[in-house]
Amino acid sequence: MDQPGFDAHTHIPGTTIFDGAQAMKGYNLNKMCFSFNRAENRDAFKEDAEAYMEKFELTEAQKKAIRSSNILAMIAEGGNIYYLAKLAGIFKLSVQDVGGLQTGMTTEKFKEFLASQA
Amino acid sequence: MAKILGGITTSHIPAVGNAIQKELFDDPYWKPFFDGYPKVHEWLAANKPDYVVNIYNDHGLGFFLDRMPTFAVGAAHEYRNEDEGWGLPSLPPFPGAPELSWHIIESMVADEFDITSCQELPVDHGFVVPMQLFWPGAPNNADMPRSVPISANTVQHPIPTLKRALDFGVSLRKALESFPEDAKIVVLGTGGLSHQLDGERAGFINKEFDQYCLENIVHNPTELTKISRMELVEKAGAQGTEFLMWMMMRGALGDNVSEINRNYHIPVSNTGAGTLLLECA
Ligand SMILES: [Fe+2]
Repeated sequence: MDQPGFDAHTHIPGTTIFDGAQAMKGYNLNKMCFSFNRAENRDAFKEDAEAYMEKFELTEAQKKAIRSSNILAMIAEGGNIYYLAKLAGIFKLSVQDVGGLQTGMTTEKFKEFLASQA
Repeated sequence: MAKILGGITTSHIPAVGNAIQKELFDDPYWKPFFDGYPKVHEWLAANKPDYVVNIYNDHGLGFFLDRMPTFAVGAAHEYRNEDEGWGLPSLPPFPGAPELSWHIIESMVADEFDITSCQELPVDHGFVVPMQLFWPGAPNNADMPRSVPISANTVQHPIPTLKRALDFGVSLRKALESFPEDAKIVVLGTGGLSHQLDGERAGFINKEFDQYCLENIVHNPTELTKISRMELVEKAGAQGTEFLMWMMMRGALGDNVSEINRNYHIPVSNTGAGTLLLECA
C-alpha cells in the first residue's frame, strides 16, 4: 500500500510491479478474468459483456479499458497479465497480438522484434 | 532411503503445448527448441525415476488472489489439467504420490519452511508442458513417474527472494533424501528464462542475462542470490521472475552436479527458452 516515504520497488520503465496496491485496485477485474477459466462464463461474457462486467462490479475505468481493448489501461487499473490472458483468449488474441497492442506495433513487427533479440 | 538422480529445467510456454499437439518437431521455427530434448529422453530412459517433483508457478488456474500461497505443495492422489481459459483439450490426470507429498510437508515445516498443503490442485501449463516435453505422450507414457507439484508465487509481489528459493531447494533435498523408500527422484524447475508479457516493455528478452544465469546456476548458484528481486524483474523481464523455480530445483541437487545437457534458443513465443539437465554426483 502507499506509505509516504516508503517504496518497496525501483522504477523500471514500461513495467508495472503487480504488488499489493495493484492487486487491491484490480481485484474485481482479475476476479472476472479468473472466472473465464470456465467455458460457460466465457460464453456469458460474449453474450452480454456489459452485464457480466457489472456483475463483477468493475469500475468505469476498467470497463472503458475493456470496451476499447486497451491493455495498458487494463494494467493501469490493476489488471494482472496472467488473468488478462484469459480475457485475451476470448478475443482470440495471441501473446504476440497482446505484445503488439501494448507497444504500438503490428503483430508481424512485434514478432520481428522478438527474433531480433536472438 | 530415496536418492535424487538429478534435475531438469525447461521453459513451459503454452505455445509449446500447442506445438507438441500439432507435432511441429521438425518445423523450422520449432526445431532449434525441440533439439534440446532428445538427450533428456535418453537420460530419463536410462535412469527411470520413480517420482518427479515438479517445481512450477501457477498462472491463475490453481490459485486466485483471494489466497496466494508463497510456497504450495500438492498432496493429492492425482492432478488434473483443467481449462485455463483457452478451451484447450485437457489431458487425463497425472498420478500423484501423497505419501511423498506429506513427507516433504512434514520435513520442510519441521525445517521451518511454512508450506501450504493442497489436497486439490488443478495444474496448468507450467506443470503440464514440461511433463509432455520430458515424457512424450504424458501422462500416457509407460515411464511416467508419480508426481508431487510444488508451486511458488510469481503472480503477485512480494515474491520470494532468490536466496529463499535456493534455500527452499536445500531443505527439499533433506526431505527427499530422508524419504524411507528405495526410490529414485528427479526434480524439475520450470519457467523462464527472460520474458515480459505486459506493459510498454512487452517483448523484452535478455540473452546476456540468461546466459549469465545458465552459466552460474550449474556450479555457482550462490552467486545468483546476490540478485535482488527488482533487479530480476529489470534484467529477466516481469515474468522472467520464474527463474526462481530453477533456483529451487538447483538447491535440491546439492553441491556436486555435472551438466549433461544444455540448450538455449530465442525466441520461443515471447521467451528466451532454456533447458538444462544436471546429474547429481
Ligand atoms: Fe510461465
